Amino acid sequence: MWKNTSTRYGLIARTLHWSMAPLLFGLILLGLWMTGLEYHNPWYHRAPAIHEGFGVIAFALFVVRLIRRRIDPPPPLGAMPEWERVAARWTHGLLYLLMGATPVTGYLITTAKGRPVEVFGWFSIPAPFAGKSGLEDLAGQIHLVFGITLGALALAHMAAALKHHFFHRDDVLRRMAGALPDKPNHLNA
Amino acid sequence: MPSSPFRRPMALFGLAAALLMATPEVRAAAFDIDPDHSFVEFRIAHLGYSVLKGRFNVVRGSFDFDEKNPAAAAITMEVETTSIDTNHAKRDKHLRSGDFLDVERYPKATFKSVSFVENGGTGRMSGDLTLHGVTRRVEFPVTLIGSGPDPWGGFRRGYEGHLEIVRADYGIAHNLGPAAERMTLDLFIEGIRR
Repeated sequence: MWKNTSTRYGLIARTLHWSMAPLLFGLILLGLWMTGLEYHNPWYHRAPAIHEGFGVIAFALFVVRLIRRRIDPPPPLGAMPEWERVAARWTHGLLYLLMGATPVTGYLITTAKGRPVEVFGWFSIPAPFAGKSGLEDLAGQIHLVFGITLGALALAHMAAALKHHFFHRDDVLRRMAGALPDKPNHLNA
Repeated sequence: MPSSPFRRPMALFGLAAALLMATPEVRAAAFDIDPDHSFVEFRIAHLGYSVLKGRFNVVRGSFDFDEKNPAAAAITMEVETTSIDTNHAKRDKHLRSGDFLDVERYPKATFKSVSFVENGGTGRMSGDLTLHGVTRRVEFPVTLIGSGPDPWGGFRRGYEGHLEIVRADYGIAHNLGPAAERMTLDLFIEGIRR
């Protein structure tokens, strides 16, 4: 139930996947919205604080997810053309890369002049160095590119899952949705 | 054999003598701005409740000053707008963006004087301030802080000047509230004589 089987993702993998999916889309949209806010907007300070807090949580979940994936590999893909396997492998690789790298670049924006990142007032993460001139700009540009790329890849990933579910009628989406029995299923054989 | 001044000692000597004689006259009053002891700072109201201060960390330029002819004093200086520093990374990033300084399009802000009227230790400086791609004629008082030899064999001269500007005049109109439409530039400029 907890661990992955040969045909479906386990509960831990599914929980991580489905909690991070809305979290990451929310962070991307929040980030794009908040950077355009006018100075007197009530969300001008609040939105970045929320973005940073959830960004740290997303990174923590990513670390857990990455380690867990090493220990408990995902179920192998079913029958599909070779190009789809290659595309899936690259998309997943890039998604993981960006899930890790995007929060790091965001962290470097806030901490570029030595300030810590506050996580909802619970705790704070100190800056890596006392201050680096111009780092906030470089980190900001990379953060934007990474965030948008991550969002675009996640949309492609969603579209591919829906294509498998509705057009090929295979188990690609079901095995992550948790709608499959733990035993190998024969419908799709 | 081609003709070269190095093969004609007398010509070389003549050139050197001419340079030596011309140098004191031309260069006596030229000062390079000391980037380590010059500060271009600014003050702007924060909501009308307090004051936010910042500065531009990269400043360069030079000025001319001749005690015998103070009216001929002139200064040219520039700051790199990307070097804006308000001790807050996210704010500095925002100030460099298109909402404010737009540093990618306008990497430099410059000041070029056009006239100087001296009155004892103070004077009125008039010149062209270029900020955010907009050039405007400005006039403001400057005060001589001091002048004299330094302990390391050089000769220094330092001024301060304060100039109030309206941000919108330079196309930096992002709304920061009615108290922050104007801001003050505080200049502390120290020159080392060449």
